[in-house]
Amino acid sequence: MTRYNAWNVLKNGITGQKGWDRAWRDPQPKDSYEIVIVGAGLHGLATAFYLAKNHGIRNIAVVEKGWLGGGNAGRNTTIVRSNYMMPGNRFFYEHSLKLWENLSHELNFNVMFSQRAHISLLHSPAARDAAARRYNTMRLTDTGAELWDLETLKREVPHLNYDNARFPIIGAAVQSRAGSARHDAVAWGYARGADQYGVDIIQNCEVTGVRRENGRVTAVETTRGDIGAAKVGFAVAGNTSRLWRMVELGKLPIETHKLQAFVSEPLKPLLDQVVVFGVGGAHFYISQSDKGGMVFGGDLDWYKSYAQRGNLPIVQDVAEAATSILPCLGRVRLLRHWSGVMDMSMDGSPFICKTPVENLYLNAGWNYGGFKATPASGWYFADLIANDRPDPVIENFDLGRFSRGVNIDERGAGPDPKLHG
Amino acid sequence: MIRIKCPFCGERDHSEFTYGGDASIVYPALDATAEEWHEAVFMRENIRGMQTETWHHVNGCRMWLIVQRDTMTHEIRSVRPAHEGLAGVLEDDR
Repeated sequence: MTRYNAWNVLKNGITGQKGWDRAWRDPQPKDSYEIVIVGAGLHGLATAFYLAKNHGIRNIAVVEKGWLGGGNAGRNTTIVRSNYMMPGNRFFYEHSLKLWENLSHELNFNVMFSQRAHISLLHSPAARDAAARRYNTMRLTDTGAELWDLETLKREVPHLNYDNARFPIIGAAVQSRAGSARHDAVAWGYARGADQYGVDIIQNCEVTGVRRENGRVTAVETTRGDIGAAKVGFAVAGNTSRLWRMVELGKLPIETHKLQAFVSEPLKPLLDQVVVFGVGGAHFYISQSDKGGMVFGGDLDWYKSYAQRGNLPIVQDVAEAATSILPCLGRVRLLRHWSGVMDMSMDGSPFICKTPVENLYLNAGWNYGGFKATPASGWYFADLIANDRPDPVIENFDLGRFSRGVNIDERGAGPDPKLHG
Repeated sequence: MIRIKCPFCGERDHSEFTYGGDASIVYPALDATAEEWHEAVFMRENIRGMQTETWHHVNGCRMWLIVQRDTMTHEIRSVRPAHEGLAGVLEDDR
């Protein structure tokens, strides 16, 4: 495998770019593996990578019904942050952010992680107090946090609607280590990294059934034949309930909802940070990609759906939020919009856990937070599968937490999946 | 846009409605066990395909409706009032 470094770029530059290897192989599935991960999205690929790297397990297959990174990996707004308050989430997402900070080096693949700051606008003294409480709590995990007054905010982000906004801006809560990354590069980097360790990534291989004997999973049935496995991990957020039914495990505390995102035509540099606007019924987040497109999104579509296409009322809602907070976008044209189907869980927090089946493991329920969670999700899921016990950090990321009275409900919205934005 | 044929108001855009959720859930008696309440409050079939669900015509007649809708294609098979006999009662009162 050719390393990506300055010397190889130079060498291939003068030898007609003929010295590069494929980034990953396209293997035929073997009869069986030690571990089969279902879903070659960001979390599945990261899991395979850390299983190989941290735990020395190489006999792994990642099976994917489409192409790798073709689901929610390519259907998000690429925001990375760790400004969570609840116990469990705080440690988990801070660990994730620390892994992001070194990810390009670790993968030898530029994931274009840009720590450009995440700015949550504040519109009332009550909102400022709540942000102060949250950000003081974050400091317990050494997650840097700042509160900006209006003067600082105007200096750093001059284009916001400071003059006649319906909800006047009074300041901002800021996490300066947060930012964004390039979604495809993360998928490709983890795929290439896992492949280098000998992991087989098998695309166009849809799981159609799960074979069991004596209460254990023995194989997954796929469109490319049966693949035996000593351990199986599900990382198929959006379609978790469907796989769960294949194992006849009944219900899950998850509903599938769809979330849209948008990108505008490319503009000259306009917005240096990730800006979030949320007040009353509005919910809006925006950043500018390296290609210049304004990447933004808002609420989900408000009814359960597996369709990977968005509805028009949300396009209108998001456009209204965009022009109310950044009026200069009024004449900017939309380039594309897309929709991903997500596991919305009952408290807005994920599951990385063992299941009622001994050698089956679950990674699911990522709500709005899947992209930023990628490295830590892979890290702890790999640890869970390899050691057959959850790390203390994810001890409450199990399916039984609701019956124990534990809700990791960051938003305080209650057990209604669509409300955990 | 999904179009829902409200039995009281006629066919309207879904933006007039709010989505309630899975209509198959029945809450147990108040003194039921914690397991039964856990099942009703937290656990979901999360069907991909035809689902029976509730919608509230909040910006219309404010009636709760039971809708059979495909969660993959958004095709609607049937719409009826959530409270059985309600339509008949309203007719009789007229």
